[in-house]
Amino acid sequence: MLFFNHFGRYILMIRGMFTRPENMRMYWKELMHQCVEIGIGSLGIVIIISVFMGAVSAVQTSYQLVSPLIPATTIAQIVRDTVILEFAPTVVCIVLAGVVGSKIASELGNMRVSEQIDALEIMGINTKSYLIMPKIAACLLTIPMLVVLSMVLGILGGRLAGTATGIISTDAYDMGLLMNFIPYNVFFALVKAYTFAFIISTIPSYYGYYVKGGALEIGRSSTKSVVVACVMILFADYILAALLLDKS
Amino acid sequence: MIEFKNIKKSFGDKVVLDDVSHIMETGKANLIIGQSGSGKTVLQKCLVGLFEPNSGEIIYDGHSFTDMNVDERKELRQQIGMLFQGSALFDSMTVEQNIMFPLDMFTTKTFSEKLKRVNEVLERVNLEDINKKFPAELSGGMKKRVGIARAVVLNPRYLFCDEPNSGLDPQTSMVIDKLILDITREFNTTTVINTHDMNSVMEMGENIIYLYEGKKEWTGNKKDIIFSDNKLLNEFIFASEFLQDAKDMRMLEARGKISDDRDMGKMLKGDKLD
Repeated sequence: MLFFNHFGRYILMIRGMFTRPENMRMYWKELMHQCVEIGIGSLGIVIIISVFMGAVSAVQTSYQLVSPLIPATTIAQIVRDTVILEFAPTVVCIVLAGVVGSKIASELGNMRVSEQIDALEIMGINTKSYLIMPKIAACLLTIPMLVVLSMVLGILGGRLAGTATGIISTDAYDMGLLMNFIPYNVFFALVKAYTFAFIISTIPSYYGYYVKGGALEIGRSSTKSVVVACVMILFADYILAALLLDKS
Repeated sequence: MIEFKNIKKSFGDKVVLDDVSHIMETGKANLIIGQSGSGKTVLQKCLVGLFEPNSGEIIYDGHSFTDMNVDERKELRQQIGMLFQGSALFDSMTVEQNIMFPLDMFTTKTFSEKLKRVNEVLERVNLEDINKKFPAELSGGMKKRVGIARAVVLNPRYLFCDEPNSGLDPQTSMVIDKLILDITREFNTTTVINTHDMNSVMEMGENIIYLYEGKKEWTGNKKDIIFSDNKLLNEFIFASEFLQDAKDMRMLEARGKISDDRDMGKMLKGDKLD
């Protein structure tokens, strides 16, 4: 019952966002502000994670390929496909669920507890529309861009680690990258990125917007929102893989 | 004028407001008083639409707020200003941006026009040179004054104040009370104030409603309070011995039994009067 209660309120929250904006210019300003906060704000962590993710996967792939019959170019292919299919969209989005999700939940929670949301309501502003919609739109705009950036940096990280440790030459790595490339994988990764971006923005918004109590509850709801968002990302990851990568 | 009739509100099984009716008059400070948990804040939140009453009707100058749709309510709310207990200033914005926010949202004024208006209201609440400060850099009293400035920047017809003196020293409380009263008179607003501060009641109480356990127990003005024989009201208002003595003196004074300061001194010592 509790699940349906939460799910119903979550759907109502999303439905409540779609009203005519009171002032389009102010909404645009808020959207740009959120794009900077979410997109530029997460850039550092995404760069670090992506480079190391690619580097580690190159080293570990090489460690597992013991047969001399397997060419070195295979390392590049495996790094490319794992980064594009799983690491860039899923791992980066799980990290972003922590970084962005907790920020959204605590920001909205603090606004709720300190009556700032009530103050906006009294002014005649649709707070779901003004506070939540720009966050969702900003996530949908910036997170797929971060995922694409992560793909590039992950592959570059693998190349750097491969050459630095002498596992694979740059020429072999570059050749491996071009072999058996399936563009559909990028499409699949972007579908995942958009889906996860929606989860990362809406679930913490829900927990933050409806928080009750004080500072302690803000912390709790922020943590809960991250946990639920991560679980939902993993669940959606499986569903999308089953639906979109089915070869039968 | 704001009229509310037979307002009922409950949360689960707990009845918070039970059949409360009253008229809040224009150009006056209308006070809702009562102990903590008596339903003051819930009543005020029902009046502004933050809570939906279970039954009853709220009428703003002849227009039924209860029957209004979302858009009509949004339009009406642009004529409402509210000062919150914790001021509810936007943390990430400066004082200037906080006060300018309603102007940005609902007017098409140029930046210089908006800035002029911001400075006007800041001057009105006796604050200057704090435009670029953030709420975290202000004292409690200053935050309240900025809250008032933001509430009145669009010249509202209705002003709601939720415990405007909470957390303030008596002197600052008086400044805030006077400011609210002056603004009410100057702009002829219908001002509704939630309070349990007795200084405010005696300073501003032109139309008072006393709530007890969610019911309207008493109504009157600050003069009526002194002579009221309502037991629950007297227990609430004159809770301390000092205030009880003050009431006794006012009553004796009014009946002509205290003639001078000498008699008042005797009264305070507990001696018999001549």
